[in-house]
Amino acid sequence: MADLTKKSLTEIVSLIKKKEIKSEEVTNLFIKNIKNDKKLNSFITNCNEHAVKKAKKFDKNPKLDTLLPGIPIAVKDLFCTEGVKTTAGSKMLDNFIPNYESTITKNLWNEGAFLLGKLNCDEYAMGSSNETSFFGNVMNPVAENTVPGGSSGGSASALAADLTPTTIGTDTGGSIRQPASFTGTVGLKPTYGLCSRWGIVAFASSLDQAGPMTKTVEDCALMLEAMAGFDEKDSTSIKKKKENYSKNLTYNIKGLKIGIPKEYRVDGMPKEIDKLWENGKKILKESGAEIIDISLPNTKYALPTYYIVAPAEASSNLARYDGVKYGFRSNKGTNLIEMYENTRSEGFGDEVKRRILIGTHVLSSGYYDAYYIKAQKVRQLIKNDFDESFKKVDAILTPSTPSAAFKIGEKKNDPISMYLNDIFTVPVNLAGIPAISIPAGTDNNNYPLGLQFIGKTLDEQKLLNIAFAVEKKINFKQNLNRWWEK
Amino acid sequence: MVGKVMTREKGKYLIEGEKGKWEVVIGLEVHAQVSSNSKLFSGSSTKFGAEPNTQVSLVDSAFPGMLPVINEFCVQQAIKTGLGLNAKINSYSVFDRKNYFYADLPQGYQISQYKNPIVGEGKITLDLPNGTKTIGIERLHLEQDAGKSIHDLDPSNTYVDLNRSGVALMEIVSKPDLSSPDEVNAYIKKLRSIMKYLGTCDGNMQEGSLRADVNVSVRKEGNKELGTRCEIKNVNSIKFMQMAIIYEAQRQVELLEAGKSIDQETRLFDTKKNETRSMRSKEDAHDYRYFPDPDLLPLNLNKELIENIKKNLPELPDQKKERFINDYSLTAYEANVLVSEKEISDYFEEVVKTSDIKLAKNWIIGDLFALLNEKNISISQSPVTAKKMSQLIDSISSGVISGRTAKEVFEIMKESGEDPNKIIERKGLQQKSDPKELEKIIEKILTENNDKVEQYKSGKDKLFGFFVGQVMKISGGKANPQLVNQILKNKLKK
Repeated sequence: MADLTKKSLTEIVSLIKKKEIKSEEVTNLFIKNIKNDKKLNSFITNCNEHAVKKAKKFDKNPKLDTLLPGIPIAVKDLFCTEGVKTTAGSKMLDNFIPNYESTITKNLWNEGAFLLGKLNCDEYAMGSSNETSFFGNVMNPVAENTVPGGSSGGSASALAADLTPTTIGTDTGGSIRQPASFTGTVGLKPTYGLCSRWGIVAFASSLDQAGPMTKTVEDCALMLEAMAGFDEKDSTSIKKKKENYSKNLTYNIKGLKIGIPKEYRVDGMPKEIDKLWENGKKILKESGAEIIDISLPNTKYALPTYYIVAPAEASSNLARYDGVKYGFRSNKGTNLIEMYENTRSEGFGDEVKRRILIGTHVLSSGYYDAYYIKAQKVRQLIKNDFDESFKKVDAILTPSTPSAAFKIGEKKNDPISMYLNDIFTVPVNLAGIPAISIPAGTDNNNYPLGLQFIGKTLDEQKLLNIAFAVEKKINFKQNLNRWWEK
Repeated sequence: MVGKVMTREKGKYLIEGEKGKWEVVIGLEVHAQVSSNSKLFSGSSTKFGAEPNTQVSLVDSAFPGMLPVINEFCVQQAIKTGLGLNAKINSYSVFDRKNYFYADLPQGYQISQYKNPIVGEGKITLDLPNGTKTIGIERLHLEQDAGKSIHDLDPSNTYVDLNRSGVALMEIVSKPDLSSPDEVNAYIKKLRSIMKYLGTCDGNMQEGSLRADVNVSVRKEGNKELGTRCEIKNVNSIKFMQMAIIYEAQRQVELLEAGKSIDQETRLFDTKKNETRSMRSKEDAHDYRYFPDPDLLPLNLNKELIENIKKNLPELPDQKKERFINDYSLTAYEANVLVSEKEISDYFEEVVKTSDIKLAKNWIIGDLFALLNEKNISISQSPVTAKKMSQLIDSISSGVISGRTAKEVFEIMKESGEDPNKIIERKGLQQKSDPKELEKIIEKILTENNDKVEQYKSGKDKLFGFFVGQVMKISGGKANPQLVNQILKNKLKK
């Protein structure tokens, strides 16, 4: 079964449940792929031995009435994993081994899965190309020297290259959906509060949300089902009953109203993306959905708002990395202040420092009202736009990104152009609503492009159904020459 | 120091400078530790005196990905305290982050409340020698305590103890309504007493459960405008607060009289040198970059919860004082003293449950308080328990011993805590109250001192005391004095 690693998670789960394959075989096949990878740099930490041990243990006494029986999963290195180094892509945490397990990973392990490794990401999830990681650039399996997107770049890359059957990321402004779009995979950012943030290294607390990254929409439903749930350790967690997303998944989207926001048609967007979007509309109509033009008038303020709110929270969230308690500490300096300065100067990369400075600035007295307070007000307006729209439509269709994957280094020295890559994903985080990106076609380089469906609060099931129906008709096929194994 | 403190009529506290008289304006920010078994945002214990870093959770030490979860009990304690201060409870309040770097602040920010505190304006009534004075409360908010940096254990390292990190504090901010060190004393004591009655803060200043930042400014007598203030940080005893205020007010008067101005700044009080020193100027003041903590939802209190707490509020010192005056015919002063601490009022009420009120109040305010002062102990540590005090008083009212003998008995109780009845028994201190027996003694004395009887009858009234003395002498001091008086008067009339 050489091609098993190309199969969907759902297929592998089914094979294990039917006892046609053992967890250990599955695990070893993925480990073989990981070992063959010489260039992607998607892993920060391999847990091969741990995974094989867990697989053997599973096979000895297979518990099959779980969602993810005997499935090895590599996860973004932002999730704290007990006894396994958790770096957040930063030098600051290069030596940090938590003695606790994040709620989300624990939920996965409770469903029968186990850890295969920790995946590269932008430093503290700050970036859109995985070029800010202390552990180096990650490459996109689609083409050598292209970025996989970010910040969950390692997750997207490893998933697309069949190094893990499924994975999880975090999405603060598009960090799941943009890399999913760049690598031809599926990525879902759930409603804020659906998945616990406990044990995830924080970037911007009011925006951060963990979500699944998978090869298919069906896999995505299965993973979300395993991840989601109320957690009393997270005050922003939503109290609600568990849903059976995978069981309730249906192609039937007849009669649903889908909104097309005119503000998402931006200047200089490649023609292919426009074409993709039109194709999406066509498919939806064919599936019996109704297309309605809508307006989200405050969309143009989303990016500037995001780049005030997110850095503000980050500047405070990252204050704890001071060299006092854990992680990196500079050995230079003769007093506390110098220790702080040297530790944070040496421990953080440029993008993180840039955002700490922006965040500190916008919260400073004299600037707070003009920036932070105003941004909060605009954030409310953006949310209101969505609320108004969802009175008329069930979901909204947009492109996931304004471009396909770009070359490593292409935007690295131009933060604004890099930030613009999140223009379609950021409003969703500001509104706290769910959105999914599915592969929908390619650009003229044959690089994948994604379509995004945005839903209302806690309407994940409907989003998954729409994505499921569209995915089937688009029938996107990943065509990779596995250059990274050469 | 050129300034000279003078106290004028109406208890007004003024500083006499060379160019006139100055008033002092004081506002206090009291930090009171909430009585709660666990911390404000984590389940760690708050017990005092544990080994360093043994009461620290992952949340308290700010590990990556850790999130705060509000301790509902602490919220209720804050509401309770607010109600005890006659204050407005805000149904909507917000936790903010106060950002600054310090080694004992693991998160790099303190979770506090800034623009929307849980409790708004309220008031405290002070009983002062010249009447009552109302002090306004500006607000009360909840916040986390920081850890403790220990600089003196090692010459080159600082040690950090995070046991206190995350412990719940109430910051209670007064209006600048206080105008003397004595008022500050009365204010802290009253506030402490209210919180102890409520069970929301143990008020233990030695253990740091109650500290205050003191804001001091001065102005010419009668001037309505406030002067520039200085904040004296983290003073942990009433005595030090008073000393700091006296020093600081004098310093400001001197500067102003010399034509200089006051710099708004934060100062420290050096308890050894008895002086305040500049800690940081306004220019160096921290920019705390407050913003709402995105890890916590705003606190929305429902009316029911507030009403429920209100309904179950215990009797507070002011109400108790009122009741004591009405029920026990106490003077305002006596009532004040007896309600000043809940333990004292409980003691008093236990004694008067069975014993004479007048004797009880005199014995408690007089002898018992002297004993507590002398031994520097609290009433709960008193060797003379309420029950034993009751027995002692009862033996006076029933005539078993005289008031004078009772003092003797009390002296023994003070040291040994012995049961008064046993002391009376053992020492044979019972009074002679049998009229026939006393009559015999009296008759004998009158017969033996016939000459004196004649003198008395011819108008030398003073001799009455002589006869009483003789009776006491013969009876070994045990004759019931009232009875002796009565019998003597009768006999001498004849």
